[in-house]
Amino acid sequence: MDALTPHPTKGATAVHDVLELDLAERWLREVNGLLHQADLAADEVRILHPAGKHSVAVGLNKAMRVTVEGQVGYYAAGMNQLADVVINGNAGVGVAENMMSGSVLVRGDASQSAGATAHGGLLVVEGDAAARCGISMKGVDIVVGGSIGHMSAFMAQAGRLVVRGDAGEALGGSIYEARLYVRGTVASLGADCVAKEMRPEHHEELAGLLKSAGFESEDTSAYTRYGSARRLYNFHVDNTDAY
Amino acid sequence: MTDHRLSAEQRGLRESATFDRVTISAIQRAARTGVYDIRGWGAKRALPHFDDLLFLGASMSRYPLEGYRERCGTDVVLGDLNAKHPLHLDIPVTIAGMSFGALSGRAKEALGRGASEAGTSTTTGDGGMTPEERGQSKHLVYQYLPSRYGMNPDDLRKADAIEIVLGQGAKPGGGGMLLGQKITERVARMRTLPQGVDQRSACRHPDWTGPDDLAIKIAEIRETTDWEKPVYVKVGATRTYYDVKLAVHAGADVVVVDGMQGGTAATQEVFIEHVGIPTLTAIPLAVQALQELGMHRKVQLIVSGGIRTGADVAKAMALGADAVAIGTAALIALGDNDPKWSAEYEALGSAAGYYDDFQDGQDPAGITTQDPELQQRFDPVEGGRRLANYLRVLTMEAQTIARACGKAHLTHLEPEDLVAVTIEAAAMARVPLAGTSWIPGGTGGL
Ligand SMILES: Cc1cc2nc3c(=O)[nH]c(=O)nc-3n(C[C@H](O)[C@H](O)[C@H](O)COP(=O)(O)O)c2cc1C
Repeated sequence: MDALTPHPTKGATAVHDVLELDLAERWLREVNGLLHQADLAADEVRILHPAGKHSVAVGLNKAMRVTVEGQVGYYAAGMNQLADVVINGNAGVGVAENMMSGSVLVRGDASQSAGATAHGGLLVVEGDAAARCGISMKGVDIVVGGSIGHMSAFMAQAGRLVVRGDAGEALGGSIYEARLYVRGTVASLGADCVAKEMRPEHHEELAGLLKSAGFESEDTSAYTRYGSARRLYNFHVDNTDAY
Repeated sequence: MTDHRLSAEQRGLRESATFDRVTISAIQRAARTGVYDIRGWGAKRALPHFDDLLFLGASMSRYPLEGYRERCGTDVVLGDLNAKHPLHLDIPVTIAGMSFGALSGRAKEALGRGASEAGTSTTTGDGGMTPEERGQSKHLVYQYLPSRYGMNPDDLRKADAIEIVLGQGAKPGGGGMLLGQKITERVARMRTLPQGVDQRSACRHPDWTGPDDLAIKIAEIRETTDWEKPVYVKVGATRTYYDVKLAVHAGADVVVVDGMQGGTAATQEVFIEHVGIPTLTAIPLAVQALQELGMHRKVQLIVSGGIRTGADVAKAMALGADAVAIGTAALIALGDNDPKWSAEYEALGSAAGYYDDFQDGQDPAGITTQDPELQQRFDPVEGGRRLANYLRVLTMEAQTIARACGKAHLTHLEPEDLVAVTIEAAAMARVPLAGTSWIPGGTGGL
C-alpha cells in the first residue's frame, strides 16, 4: 500500500483518515510540502520520528489535525494558521512562533521563546517553558502548566499568558496591552509591568483560558494579574532611567 | 555700535570649530527638553564617499563602447542560489525598505508604481505589508524584522522575496522607532499597538540569536514558503567582513549592506552620526568576505547608504556590488524637500533642503506622514512617474560610465576602473590614489 494513502480507522462517530508520515523515511521538505498541499486527503496526520528536527510542521495553512510523536527542535508548528497540532514530546526554541490561529499543544516542556510574536490561536505547554515565553506576543493565548523562565512576555503587545507555576526574572518588561496571570511567585517584574487587581471579568477570562487548556478544576483566586502601568508609552523626561 | 549690514565674519566674529552653532543649539535643545534628539534622514557629517572616487575611462589601452549604439546591459538576477523563483530585475537599483507608518500609504503606492515602471523591486518595512504597495509592486521584498509588527505568513507567501533585517546603517544595533504622532488608528492596528504610543521596536529578534540560530530561522522561512523565494539578510555596516561571512554561512541568498549614511525615518541623532562605518569602506569588506567563500556573484550583494547618482551606482558596482538600494533619494524623487513647500518648511522651523523631521508626521510634502490632509497633497501617480524618471536617469548615467570604461554590462565594472582622490578613500575603497599605485593598507587587510 502506498504510504501516502491514509489508513481508515474507526472513530467514535465516523471513519477517520489518518495519514502517517515518517521523518525517518522522508525528508522534512517532503513532509512539510505534503502538509502544505491544499488537497491533502486526510483528517489527521501523524508525524513519526521527528528526532529533534527543526521546522517540523511549519507554515500550516488549513484546518487539520497534526500529531507529532516525539521531540521537536526549533520552530515546531511555526506560523501556524488554522491547524490543531499536538506534540507528544518536548519542543525546542520558538514553538508556535508567530502563530496566527489554530492551536498547538506541547505535552512536554518547551524551550525559549515559546509562542514568540504569535498573533492568535492557543498555545498550551503542559510542562515548563524556558526564558522569553510569549515574547512580543501579539494576540495569542498561552497557557503553561508549569513555570516559565526569565524575560517572559517581554514587550508583550496583546493576548493572554497564563502560568500555573512560577515566573522568572523581568516578567513583562516593556509590556503593552497583554494580560498575564501567574499562580506562583514572580522572581521580578520588568520595566513598566505591575500587579493589577483581579476583577470578576478577569476571573472569568482566566477560568475560560484554563478550561480551554484542559485545566478545568483550577481555582482562579490563587492567581495574580499583571499588566502595563502604561508609564513608558510616551517619551517623558522623568522616565529616562527606564530607557 | 554693531553694523547689522555686516555678516558675523565681516565683523571679525569667529565661530568655534568645536562649539559651532549647530553644536550650541543642540546643547540648548537638550537643556530645554531633557530628551535626546530624534530625527529622520541619515548621517549629515562629511564622510569619505563615492565622490572621492573617479573612473578611468577608456583611451589607448581600453576600448570604449558607443553610447546609444552598443548595448550595455543593466539587468540583475537576485537570489538564484536556493530559490525556485529568483527576482529578475531590469535595473540594479532597488527601492530600500521604508515602513508604512513612516511613509503614507500613498507614498508606498508611488514607490511601487515607480519601481514597477522601471523594472525593479520595492521593499516593505517595519509594520507590515500594505495592499497599496503589494498592488503596485511587480517585485515586492517583505521585511522580517525584530519587531515582527504585522508579520503574517499570508503576506510572506504573497512576497517575491524575504529580507531578514538585522540592522540598518543609520542605527546598527538599534530597533525601529515610530513616535506617537504617527501611530494612527490604521498604523496601530497593523502593529497591534495602542494608538498614539511612542513605539520603540525591539532591536533583537525574539526567537533567535547568533549565526547558528539564523541558519535555522532561514530554513524555517524556506520551509514555510516551500523554497520558492529568495531570502535576503540585511545588516547595518559595522563588522561587515564577519557579518557577511556569517550571513552566507547561515544560508542567505542575498546580503544587503547598509552603510552609516543610510537614511532612517526616526532615530536618535547620536546614533545616526556616531555608529557604523561608511558605505565606501563596507563594500570591499563585504566583497572580500564573499570572494573568500567563493560566493561572490553567487550570493548577491546589495549596497545602500547615500546612493544619489548614476556615478554612485557605477562606483558601488565597480567595487563589487550586484545592485544598490535607495531610500532617501527615492523620497526626494517623490517630492520630499521640494522648494515649493518652502514657506511650510520654514513654519516648522526647518527649510527646503534641510527637512529631516520624518518622525514628526507633519511633512508638508505629504510623504512621511499619516495626516489625512497632508497625505492628500501627494499624488501617487505623479510621484510614481517622477520616481521612474529618476531611476531611468540613474541607470543611464551608470551606463554612460560603463560604456566609457568599455563595459557591455554594469556588472563588468571592476575596481581596476577606479582611482581615489583622497588617501582616506583609497584606503577605505582599496583602490589606488590617483596617479599612484598606492593603496594605503593594501587590498586585503581588515
Ligand atoms: C523614511 C525611511 C524609513 C525607513 N524604514 C526602514 C525600515 O522599516 N526597515 C529597514 O530595514 N530600513 C528602513 N530604512 C532604511 C532604508 O531601508 C535604507 O537602508 C536606507 O534608506 C538606505 O540609505 P539611503 O537613504 O541613503 O538611500 C528607512 C529609511 C527611510 C529614509
